Amino acid sequence: MRDFSYLRATSADAARQAATLPGAMLLAGGTTLIDLAKCGVAEPDMLVDITHLRGLDRIEIDERGAILGALARMGHVADHDDIKSRFPAISEALWQAASAQIRNMATIGGNLMQRTRCPYFRDPSNFAACNKRVSGSGCSAIGGVTRGHAVLGTSEACIAMYPGDLATALVALDATVHLGDRRILVDDFFLLPGTTPDKEHAIEPGEMITAIEIPSSAAARRSTYLKIRDRQSYEFAAASAAVGLELESDGRTIRDLRVALGGVATKPWRAHAVEAALKGKVLEPNAVRTASLLAVEGAVDHGANRYKIELAPRVVARAILKMGETA
Amino acid sequence: MTSKTTIPVHLDINGRHHTLELEPRVTLLDALRDRLGLTGTKKGCDHGQCGACTVHVDGERVLACLTLAAQAEGRTITTIEGLAREGELHPVQAAFLEQDAFQCGYCTPGQIMSAVACIREGHAGSDEEIREYMAGNLCRCGAYPHIVAAVRQAALEVAS
Repeated sequence: MRDFSYLRATSADAARQAATLPGAMLLAGGTTLIDLAKCGVAEPDMLVDITHLRGLDRIEIDERGAILGALARMGHVADHDDIKSRFPAISEALWQAASAQIRNMATIGGNLMQRTRCPYFRDPSNFAACNKRVSGSGCSAIGGVTRGHAVLGTSEACIAMYPGDLATALVALDATVHLGDRRILVDDFFLLPGTTPDKEHAIEPGEMITAIEIPSSAAARRSTYLKIRDRQSYEFAAASAAVGLELESDGRTIRDLRVALGGVATKPWRAHAVEAALKGKVLEPNAVRTASLLAVEGAVDHGANRYKIELAPRVVARAILKMGETA
Repeated sequence: MTSKTTIPVHLDINGRHHTLELEPRVTLLDALRDRLGLTGTKKGCDHGQCGACTVHVDGERVLACLTLAAQAEGRTITTIEGLAREGELHPVQAAFLEQDAFQCGYCTPGQIMSAVACIREGHAGSDEEIREYMAGNLCRCGAYPHIVAAVRQAALEVAS
């Protein structure tokens, strides 16, 4: 890891301004940034440490929803009683992510800025070509070992999978990112790779994530995050689903449904087609399984990741049916 | 820009105060091991994947390999060397000995620091929960069944 200068920010405004200096980056929990600096992927000239700022780690919940400060840590949000009861998918996505140590370090804002685990992206000394690292340099993953790569939202420039769990649940629950006074849906905060895979987030120089807002809803209260992976714990998703469900008073007709996929796409992947196919219908296993196939509409495999196209709809269906059983 | 500038870093470790002149890139792990001779905290993967470097910062378990020493200024740091009190082993240390919860021992300091926090967090209520919340500490010897037994035993002792 090459050396850099270090600045401990004394205010959020000072941090945002300092981070616009050439080569400067904001440092929060460091679980992505320090790791990538050691890999030679991130090469900051200056790190602006925001972890000593006060007041940005709030977890506030009322009838309208939850506000999670950018510096609230993953583990604290996961264990928060009101998050567990009103937004179970958020708690479940968080406690199934990373390890307890990493969850004590990693912040909610930093979690949204987490980078892909694509092994080619992470290894510049062996793989010079990576459009995410160096625009126009090519993609080493296409034609390479692709078991962990995306099948949805890919482009000819990049097939790197978005690895996060939290953002998948946030997208399902229509959460919003606060960038100071600017608000943007989490779904819109993440960008498709297209021809510019190096640009992953709709955040501009001088902006900083200050909070995440999750609106309350019946679907959020009855939500879950189902994560399927190669190991039982401490592993990224092979495929995951965040699902929120609201039934009509008859207890069987679907009034509201939220579905988002993780582990299979280049960004947190909202499955609107599944939701539309099931809203107004009776919750019934065969209908759910058939509709869940729509989750992977347009999927493109690169050989070894083909299993995700079969796996993802099953994960979605199982999550919806599980929510249906929790009357 | 390769800055050779060092910065003063004040660290509170196991109840003792230290002042070091460090390059900003120095991790808490390297500061502990290479500058302070506190080699109980182990360097395994150095990328946040193995848990061998687990220490407590302000009472919570974190990875020293992904923490800059400068970030830990003003925090209270506890390492494996700070666990025993007046020559008496911490109950988790004693349980690891009793349950033979290691083979080569390299991951053990990280396992013990993680286990102390796991119990304190209230995440040691069942074997399943212990396995989930200890998942960030790898043991390549595969001593996992005995590690779970040690955490279970220590959790019961701490509760009683």
